[in-house]
Amino acid sequence: MRIRPKMKRTAVTIAFVISLVTGSLSIMPEPSHAFSGQVIQKGASGDDVIELQARLQYIGYYKGKIDGVYGWGTYWAVRNFQEAFGLPIDGLVGATTKNKLVKASKYDKSYVKSQIEKGRSFTHYGKQSKQAKNKAGSSGNKPMATSVPPGFSQNDIQLMANAVHGEARGEPYEGQVAVAAVILNRMQSQSFPNTVSGVIFEPRAFTAVADGQIWLTPNETSKRAVLDAINGWDPTGDALYYFNPDTATSAWIWTRPQIKKIGKHIFCN
Amino acid sequence: MLRILTIVVLSLAAVGTGFWGYQEHKEKNAILINAENSYQRAFHDLTFGIDRIHDQIGATLAMNTRKSLSPALADVWRLTSEAHSDVGQLPLTLLPFNKTEEFLGSIGDFSYKAAVRDLEKEPLTNEEYAHLKNLHEQSADIQNELRKVQHMVLKNNLRWMDVELALATEKEGTDNTIIDGFKTVEKKSQGYSETNVSTLPGDMNKLDDNHLKKNKAAPISQKEAVEKAKEYVQMKQVNDIKVTKSGKGSDFSFYSIHMTNKDGGEASIDMTRRGGYPLWYIINREVGKPALSLNDANNKAVEFLNRNKMKDLVLYDSTQYDNVGVFTFVGEQDGIRIYPDAVKVKVALDNGQVVGVAANEYLENHHERKLEKPALTESEAEKFINSKVEIQEERLAVIKNDLNKEVLCYEFLGTLGEDTYRILINAKDGTEEQVEKLRRAEPVYDNLL
Repeated sequence: MRIRPKMKRTAVTIAFVISLVTGSLSIMPEPSHAFSGQVIQKGASGDDVIELQARLQYIGYYKGKIDGVYGWGTYWAVRNFQEAFGLPIDGLVGATTKNKLVKASKYDKSYVKSQIEKGRSFTHYGKQSKQAKNKAGSSGNKPMATSVPPGFSQNDIQLMANAVHGEARGEPYEGQVAVAAVILNRMQSQSFPNTVSGVIFEPRAFTAVADGQIWLTPNETSKRAVLDAINGWDPTGDALYYFNPDTATSAWIWTRPQIKKIGKHIFCN
Repeated sequence: MLRILTIVVLSLAAVGTGFWGYQEHKEKNAILINAENSYQRAFHDLTFGIDRIHDQIGATLAMNTRKSLSPALADVWRLTSEAHSDVGQLPLTLLPFNKTEEFLGSIGDFSYKAAVRDLEKEPLTNEEYAHLKNLHEQSADIQNELRKVQHMVLKNNLRWMDVELALATEKEGTDNTIIDGFKTVEKKSQGYSETNVSTLPGDMNKLDDNHLKKNKAAPISQKEAVEKAKEYVQMKQVNDIKVTKSGKGSDFSFYSIHMTNKDGGEASIDMTRRGGYPLWYIINREVGKPALSLNDANNKAVEFLNRNKMKDLVLYDSTQYDNVGVFTFVGEQDGIRIYPDAVKVKVALDNGQVVGVAANEYLENHHERKLEKPALTESEAEKFINSKVEIQEERLAVIKNDLNKEVLCYEFLGTLGEDTYRILINAKDGTEEQVEKLRRAEPVYDNLL
């Protein structure tokens, strides 16, 4: 019977420890499963990437802006983290990498989010202090940054979308990608200017430019078509010209070797 | 009688004047559009030019040998002079824009002097290097401001003709976004005293040796082509199919197949007549909110390639654009990356459907290559790299160089400051084949304004 009081004491201690642990757990700012279940891969964007960047910045691996796009800077940070923690170095953020990262760092989601919403970009989110520089970052729940194909800015894409919309709205989707592809083929060709704007505004090159239709507001489809063309889809078979056989006034254009017809336009070399 | 005649003559005259007036009006409008277009062209060329200047200065920072540094600096010089002439074409005479022009001038002077110097004997000093770095940062500021103005111009359809008017009438307090934007650009400059459009390393020009031109497989019929296309694209509930043959201007003959389905989706596919190899296909439909991660989509893309027996490919790049993921795969042989053998796969993130494939480069270039042993070791090649670059990743790769030849290179990915660079060193003689600054994600300008 001498065991009893001891047991009682142990039980009390255990209860105390448990309450301590659960208590401290509820105080802890972040749950351990903050990331969603996805494997985060280079090129991804969204909340998981924000958390990834914030955590990596917290422990000093990531030095860039927290912008929610998994680009090169994030990629090197992930790889160096994986190397330091003895994980396979592949730049893929799966369950093991996430667990290690969650253990090694802190992430105060509401704080980071509120700073981002206030339009601040972090220069340092780390141990010493929670500093945020008051500089234009972003606002609201909109994405802060966006992936663009190498060599092109969002504005280049917009300008091309304007041209595609002016030239080929009402054509099948393929025909819109094709018009964008012709602009790109011209940029590559020695006989045409080397810039998006140079090709589009070349006098007498596009009717939509000559009659001002280029300034109609383009829709999402034409923007998609431009992105597809930039990313490597060329429905025209490397065409440099196209024309509408019903309205073409130049006899010269008929002498070009024709590659194929898409919708109302004939594409040629 | 006379009265009737007068009425007829007068009314004819009235109609004639009206017609003449209308013609004049039309001509005037055409000329206005023309003038506006040349302003727009100069403006967009300018922003594009500044983009390039910034990237090209960045690339020179990571270069090492005179052989590639001199041409790169000469290119910066060329780009600045182009940008300078673009500024000159804008109706900004009434706006103080001289600081920006001076900035362009100072980049031009520096790059010219450095480009014509024998950098082998007289390499860039530390101060000059610091100056170059400084120019790189400053050009980033100007690039950013100009892009904001450009975004506003495109978003709100702003006219340069209006700027000209506003400047000419000198109305105080007129709210003109372009003028304000340019004033900011100017403020940013106050503190300071040729493009390869390729998404892959190497040159984008076609190799002379095009395998599709030499393709001797047995031709297939239109019917067979349609069957193959259906199988390949896997579109459901197709209700209309059109097939057309390629014209005489094409390098080889192919079928174009266009399908539509009940939900208004459309699919286009081109397939070679000989052998029925699918060159590319694209599906256009509304893609809903992402339900898959980029990584899940990646697996779908790999599944697709395996199903269609496209072998020896490794993932090179993956990018999410809103609701779709675009994956670039490149060839691999004996552990060496073959960049000319590229395939792009586009996957919808709402349901994992493969909504586009571009395999033409792969079909044109893919073959078993005789790969030579590299003459240099990796550490020998590394010595050709600027010591300021911190190397993160390295491998052997085959690229197309600017002479349109395939060459074996050591590919180094390294960082300098916050930027990442790709440096390709010829594995035979250590030539710097390409030094390229890899772009970062772009801020969404809507949020910044």
